[in-house]
Amino acid sequence: MSDAIHTRALRKVFPAIAAKRKRGAPPPPPSNGIVALDSLDLDVREGEFFGLLGPNGAGKTTTIGILTTRVNATSGEAVVAGANVTTQPADVRLRIGVVPQRPNPDRGLSVVENLIFHASYFGVARTEATRRADALLERLGIADKRDAKVDALSGGQQQRLMIARALSHEPRVIFLDEPTVGLDPQARLALWDILRELHAQGRTIVMTTHYMEEADQLCDRLAIVDQGKLLALDTPSRLKEQAPGDTLIELTFDGDAEAVAIAAQSIAGVSRAEAKGAVLRIFSAHAGEVLSPIIAAGEASGRNVCDIHVSGPSLETLFITLTGRKLV
Amino acid sequence: MTDPARVSPSKVFLAILLRDLTVARRELPYFLLRTTLQPLMFVIVFGFILPKMGMVRGDYSAAMLPGIIALSLALSAVQSVALPMVQDFGFTKEIEDRLLAPVAMQLVAIEKIVAGVLQGIVAALFVLPISRLIMGPIHGLTFAHFGLLLAITILGGAAFSALGLFLGTGIAPQQIGLMFSVIVAPMIMFGCAYYPWRGLDAVPVMKYAVLINPLVYVAEGMRAALTPTIPHMNVFAIVGALLALTAFFVWIGLRSFAKRAVS
Repeated sequence: MSDAIHTRALRKVFPAIAAKRKRGAPPPPPSNGIVALDSLDLDVREGEFFGLLGPNGAGKTTTIGILTTRVNATSGEAVVAGANVTTQPADVRLRIGVVPQRPNPDRGLSVVENLIFHASYFGVARTEATRRADALLERLGIADKRDAKVDALSGGQQQRLMIARALSHEPRVIFLDEPTVGLDPQARLALWDILRELHAQGRTIVMTTHYMEEADQLCDRLAIVDQGKLLALDTPSRLKEQAPGDTLIELTFDGDAEAVAIAAQSIAGVSRAEAKGAVLRIFSAHAGEVLSPIIAAGEASGRNVCDIHVSGPSLETLFITLTGRKLV
Repeated sequence: MTDPARVSPSKVFLAILLRDLTVARRELPYFLLRTTLQPLMFVIVFGFILPKMGMVRGDYSAAMLPGIIALSLALSAVQSVALPMVQDFGFTKEIEDRLLAPVAMQLVAIEKIVAGVLQGIVAALFVLPISRLIMGPIHGLTFAHFGLLLAITILGGAAFSALGLFLGTGIAPQQIGLMFSVIVAPMIMFGCAYYPWRGLDAVPVMKYAVLINPLVYVAEGMRAALTPTIPHMNVFAIVGALLALTAFFVWIGLRSFAKRAVS
């Protein structure tokens, strides 16, 4: 089977926004711009449900932007559904469907017209486009809003309209950028079911998310990205195996935890200790045994514990190990 | 999964044009109010009230009518592209579903210009009979030069739609009001719509300064076509200038559009 998506050394640098200079002020130091994506190599297989997991600003949306021909890569190569995004953008667009981060329906048109017109931009004849539109509205549970204005839809309904629109020209690859942000739990679960169904039909799905659970539940494979770099890529279960076997204990102190971290490193059973502001992260195979010596070490450095959080090995702990920060 | 068949760009172009015309048809009353009320009020004051009072000469109507048609064409063409562009590229980027159509993105921009020309023609066709009705018989009015009339209408509409594309994609939404008071309003007043260019012989500095204003050529072109007995600018100069301005506005309009469409 061929690759649905193939990228090599994909890089995107956005020009830095020059700050306004006051008259007579010295010129600013030369800037090389903001690196949003740094040498990304990805291969997504045909029919795969692929997740891009990372915090805000990790480069996920930029990646989707390049793959959907809406952002020009600074360098590197990207091929989507057999077409090169730089040299054959119209062919790429013919084969992809895009669900944006924020619903952007055509407000000049009604719900069903959004689907019919969108299909017509892909050469679908009106009767066939109308048939597809009605079938999609039915399947996504918004058939009762068929002739409504899009402004009359709730956030979740608009998101479903965006999915229907992305499907109305029957694309091979579907991109979803943070599709469940802003949805209530019920709407989120409903969306998960829809995505599973699309996957079962054999479509390639690429989804960005910063929700661990979502990535874990839905994706065949996951790429963990941060600051424009690919940090890990595997199935969710293999990634979890890579997670440090230790339990993660997070202690929040009433002040800077640096001194406590240094003291904690010499406590027996602690495999790693690091401070970030007032938060101390301890990795240990014996969480129960190390907890009270750490609290004592904190008190010895004049710090009191305000909050304790203990979590077992998971994608979350792997992510923190890889990036030194939390997802959300 | 099999690949969808390739679509011919002309088919996509027509589909997008049909979308714009569908939306425009629904907005027609608001569109006409927005773009033709100002020229029509001018017709009432200067083409009806003042002649009744004997304060303007009888042949003023003949000099003004073509200008009013030009003004309606230009105003509606520039607005019917610039205003939707501001919304389309605004917070939600509504234009995205058209930018994702399987054609070169420039085609989406060119479609906007064509839709602007068509809307300009609708406004001009609306204003012409009403003005004639308000002003009464107009000395020397003729439709004999239909070819020239059509050429000026299409070129003038294209120049102003392309200008609208540039303004709508290049100006921040917060500054759209400023666009009207700083760019559009002076263009109207110094566009030889309300007075013939030859009349500026009396004010030589103005006569040459206004030549940077694209409206001048549309208004003079309308005079050459509709009331040729009124002294007007040379037809070749008019068409040449309109061709050059249209080419320039299309170029800067497409550049500005591309900058907004792809980052």
